[in-house]
Amino acid sequence: MTVVTPSAGFLPTTAPRCLIDADGHATSADPARLPDREVLLELFRLMSVGRRFDTQATALTKQGRLAVYPSARGQEACQVGVVTAMAQRDWLFPTYRDSMALVSRGINPVEVLTLLRGDWHCGYDPYLHRTGPQCTPLATNTLHAVGLAHAARLAGEDTVAVVLLGDGATSEGDTHEALNIAAVWQAPVVFLVQNNGYAISVPLAKQTRAETLAHKGIGYGMPGVLIDGNDAAMVHVAVTEAIERGRRGEGPTLIEALTYRIEAHTNADDASRYRDDAEVTSWLARDPLSRLQTYLQDQGLLDEAGIAAIADEGETRAARLRAAMNADPVTDPAELFANIYTEPTAALRSQAAELAEELAAEAS
Amino acid sequence: MTAVAEKAEKLGDLTMAGALNRALADELRADDRVLVYGEDVAALGGVFRVTDGLAAEFGERRVFDSPLAESGIVGTAIGMAMHGLRPVVEMQFDAFAYPAFEQITSHLAKLHNRTRGRITLPVVIRIPYGGGIGGVEHHCDSSEAYWVSTPGLKVVAPGTASDAYWLLRQAIACDDPVIFLEPKRRYWAKEEISAEPAAQFHQALVRRAGDDVTLIGYGSMVPTLLETADAAAQDGISAEVIDLRSLSPFDDQTVVASVRRTGRAVVVHEASGFAGFGAEIAARLTEQCFHQLHAPIGRVTGFDIPYPPPMLEKHHLPSVDRILDAVDRLQFDDTVVLPSTPAGTDPNA
Repeated sequence: MTVVTPSAGFLPTTAPRCLIDADGHATSADPARLPDREVLLELFRLMSVGRRFDTQATALTKQGRLAVYPSARGQEACQVGVVTAMAQRDWLFPTYRDSMALVSRGINPVEVLTLLRGDWHCGYDPYLHRTGPQCTPLATNTLHAVGLAHAARLAGEDTVAVVLLGDGATSEGDTHEALNIAAVWQAPVVFLVQNNGYAISVPLAKQTRAETLAHKGIGYGMPGVLIDGNDAAMVHVAVTEAIERGRRGEGPTLIEALTYRIEAHTNADDASRYRDDAEVTSWLARDPLSRLQTYLQDQGLLDEAGIAAIADEGETRAARLRAAMNADPVTDPAELFANIYTEPTAALRSQAAELAEELAAEAS
Repeated sequence: MTAVAEKAEKLGDLTMAGALNRALADELRADDRVLVYGEDVAALGGVFRVTDGLAAEFGERRVFDSPLAESGIVGTAIGMAMHGLRPVVEMQFDAFAYPAFEQITSHLAKLHNRTRGRITLPVVIRIPYGGGIGGVEHHCDSSEAYWVSTPGLKVVAPGTASDAYWLLRQAIACDDPVIFLEPKRRYWAKEEISAEPAAQFHQALVRRAGDDVTLIGYGSMVPTLLETADAAAQDGISAEVIDLRSLSPFDDQTVVASVRRTGRAVVVHEASGFAGFGAEIAARLTEQCFHQLHAPIGRVTGFDIPYPPPMLEKHHLPSVDRILDAVDRLQFDDTVVLPSTPAGTDPNA
């Protein structure tokens, strides 16, 4: 079952691959074709609605309705491009910064925000949405993706697992183990690194001496693909290509998407301590939404009415989310004991009874 | 939970390693969702030969060598279990499991709860543990305290070959993640494998009945406790021996019933004593047996030192003599005045 692939094709391009540049012009440099107009419009719609979700979530932290929120503003192209490239049968393994991707995948936003709201569980049903729980430890989800993809392949399915990770997570040991094992097993996994420049406060230069993170692919025996992560069309195409490789049994792909985290790490972070405004401003000029909007308008695929309709959809959804999050959450302390094991142990049953007694005494 | 096998064809006499091998083979045969992987488990059959012949019989899709990556082994097992498989993975030696600590404690133990019961992870992590085989550093640790203090994990340790066979089959059939501690110094001890399990998965067993004192242990200490009971009998002390088998969940019922009757107990393990598993057992017994106790619960454990080198390990491991001494200290004669707190225990001194 040895697959011999010329590793020459595994090196990333010198310049990041790009289909629609920062000014909204289609480039001719890349051999890949632009996605169909329906896909481009969907990318724009999901990014617009996603950005509105993101600002709403940040606002909810200020109102005390969310314990914490790590914003993905600026990373909309990655969040949306990956989801539109996936089939329903594929599995997504997200991190805590990928709420927008989950909402784009069709998961109820209230469920997506359950953990960040302060509950103990992930909110949604991983099997219903083929989406792992949002992973808080860094890089550990990469291995879950490899295991699941391998099991799917053993079962004869053509399911691909897509795992999201950040630039900081590439320094973690689990990323190394996952890339290596995925390559050895030829597991159908797509590793999408959203390189947003910082791991909280630590810049990429303090994470790696590699020319790019995509260069790491060849060392493991898989293609490393470097893309403009603010070009939603490019993210969609690159992830689609990598998923197709996986489906054909050609193994894993590492994609590095260059993007930028416009907001601080979370609402609790102060980004002014480690980066200056000029840097943020320079990235605002490469905004993923405005470039696709310009392209779509130039091509006559989107007009002011269309843009307004999408904005309205974002507002409606944000209002619905606000209303849902303003209702006090219903929690049941008894459930803390219910799922530690598939059957509660005698000790847990007795602790649950103890807590129930305490609560009954307080209530009386 | 899959149906636990209740009977086996006549297996005859097997070593513990042989019994574990047979349990893996029987589960691989009974359930095609079971797969076995780890370092050197395929062609070599494992460094202790526990997986000998399995790759040849079941093929490389079900029994295979992984890269040398313990976190990777456990992390991928989680993903496989999410897809419906029942992986049984091997950590080659106890201390080699530490790179997998985060995957085990932060994910394997928690995902069932994190997903409100939607994800179940029937993963068995086999860990050869403990010393007594002349192993060099990092090859003889007893890591049970880490695992038992992690909610969501089940932890079992067989003390006999027959239990090894049945406990491993029960562990593989269990829908919760199980840390399966194999006492490596007992791998070569041979006995007849019983035709059915000696007890439920999480039940402790009275290995020898007695009236004067209860000796409590698990895994590698079980034969040592039985030897101690023999020696105590010659001194006129009737010792009951309890083999815990399951460290977590803990079978309070069996242990408490014994100690309430004997009024004295010694807890024994190879791992260091400070904040060790024995401390939990002593605390539980004090809480539940206080009025029947004639003496404080005794503990005989490894010293609070890194596992010693092969030339010195005999001084570290709980021996029959050391356990007998602990039994002697249980105030059978209440005219003896015990020494007060030993000198030199002030941490600031």
